[in-house]
Amino acid sequence: MTHPTEKSPEKTQAEAFASRIDAICRSQFGAPVSNLKRLSGGASQESWQYICDGRAYVLRRNPHGQNASTNALPKATEAAVLEAAAAAGIAVPRVSYICAPSDEIGEAYVMEFIEGETIARKILRDAEFDAVRPNLAHQCGEVLAQLHQIDVSALPELPYSDAAGELEKYKGFLHQHKQPHPVFELAIKWLSDNLPPDIRASRAPVLVHGDFRNGNIMVSPEDGLVALLDWELTHIGDPMEDLGWPCVPSWRFGQHHLPVGGFGQREAFYAAYRANGGEVDESSARFWEILGTLKWGIMCAVLMSSTFESGADASVERGSIGRRSSETEIDLLRMLLEQD
Amino acid sequence: MQDRPLANDLLAAVRRFLTDTAMPQLQGHAAFSARVAGNVLDILAREMALAPGFQKAETRRLRELLDIAPDTHVDLLELNQQLCAKIASGEMNLTSPGLRDHLIKVSMGKLAIDQPRYQGYKTAQANNWPEEESK
Repeated sequence: MTHPTEKSPEKTQAEAFASRIDAICRSQFGAPVSNLKRLSGGASQESWQYICDGRAYVLRRNPHGQNASTNALPKATEAAVLEAAAAAGIAVPRVSYICAPSDEIGEAYVMEFIEGETIARKILRDAEFDAVRPNLAHQCGEVLAQLHQIDVSALPELPYSDAAGELEKYKGFLHQHKQPHPVFELAIKWLSDNLPPDIRASRAPVLVHGDFRNGNIMVSPEDGLVALLDWELTHIGDPMEDLGWPCVPSWRFGQHHLPVGGFGQREAFYAAYRANGGEVDESSARFWEILGTLKWGIMCAVLMSSTFESGADASVERGSIGRRSSETEIDLLRMLLEQD
Repeated sequence: MQDRPLANDLLAAVRRFLTDTAMPQLQGHAAFSARVAGNVLDILAREMALAPGFQKAETRRLRELLDIAPDTHVDLLELNQQLCAKIASGEMNLTSPGLRDHLIKVSMGKLAIDQPRYQGYKTAQANNWPEEESK
C-alpha cells in the first residue's frame, strides 16, 4: 500500500537531477539554477533548459543519463565538434561546460540557449516565417559549404562512414527482420548499382553533420537560419550526404513541391553551396536522397517496430511510427521511377 | 460467429470516448499520446475494413508474377519472400511485366490504411497511380 504523503520514485529522481544541475551551476557559473524544465522532442537525446545568473542554458545528455548508444558520439567529442564549427563561423550553440563524471548526470554538456523555432511544421506554415522562408534553402547551402571546409585534421577522432558502408549497415538491419519488403529490396538493388565513387579516392572526406534536415535547424522570424543543432551523428564522410538528407520527402512535412526541407528548391540550395566554395556532385546527392529515404523507411519498419515489439518502448507513439514505413515506399517508388 | 455488437462499432465507440471525453481532460504529453492513440484506432478501423480484400488482390498478383501453379499453397509471407529474392538477385526489376503495377498497388494499399493523408499518397493519386484492389 502506498501512502499519499510518500514521494514517488520518479519525483525523488527528478529532485536528485535538479540538485545535480544546481551543483553544476554553482560551481561553474557561481549562481543557483532556476526555471529548470525539460524541452519536448528528442527521443534519442534529452534537452533541459534552465536559467542561471540571468542567462538561459540548455543541457544535452543521452536519455536518462545513459552512456552513448552505438550510433551517438561521446558528448565530449560532440562538444569539441561544436567548438570547431563555431570557430569556423558556423551558427551553432556555444558550449559553456562539458560535464564531468563527478557531476553524476551521465555524458552531457551545457550550451547557451538560442532563441528560435525548430518545429518544422511551424517554420513551413506560420506567417511569422513568411519573410525568411524563401531564403532558407540558400542559407542551408551556405552553412553546409562552410561546414564541409573545416580542417578535419584539427578535429578529435570521429567515425568514418560513406555510401557503401551506410547501405550495407541498413541492409543488415532490414535482413535481421524476417518481414519481407519488396520495395526496399528494389531500392537496395538500385543503390548498389549506382554507388557513388569511393569518397577517399575521388575527393577528400569532410566533416559531415549527419542529421542536417528541417527539424534540426533553428530558424528565427528575423534572421532565418540562426543555428545548426543535433550534432550527435556527426562523422567524417561524403559531403553529398548532407545535401541529400534534407531533401528526403518525409522531411518536407507536407510541402512535396519544395524538395529542400519543404521550403526551397535544389537549384537555390546547390547554387549557394557552390557560391561558397562547395562542389556539388548532383548524381551523388541524388543517391543520398534515395538512400536517406530508404534509411528512414528501415528505421520505421525495422528499428521502431522491433523496439515496440520487444517491449523496450511499447508506447503508442513508438508503435505508430512503425507504420510510417509505408510513406517511404511510395516515395521510393516515385524516386526510382524518376517522378520526384 | 461472434456475437453483436460488431467489432468496428465497438472500435468507433472507443474512438468517440477518446475524442469527446478523455482528450478534453488531458494535458501535455498525455494529450499528445491520446491524439496518437486516436490515429492508431483509425488505422485499425481502416485495416479491418480494407486489409482482407487487399491481401486477396496482393496474393493473386504475386502468384501470377511468380508463376505459382494453381494447386500449390504458398502463403502471403512466403510469396513476398520469393519476390524479394528475385528483386535482390536482379532477376526482376521495374521493367518486368506487372511488377511496377503490383508494387505501386501494394504501397498504395498500405497508405490507404496507415496514413491516407500523407502527401506522397495524394501526389501518387494525382499522377493517376492505381489504388490497391479489394479482391
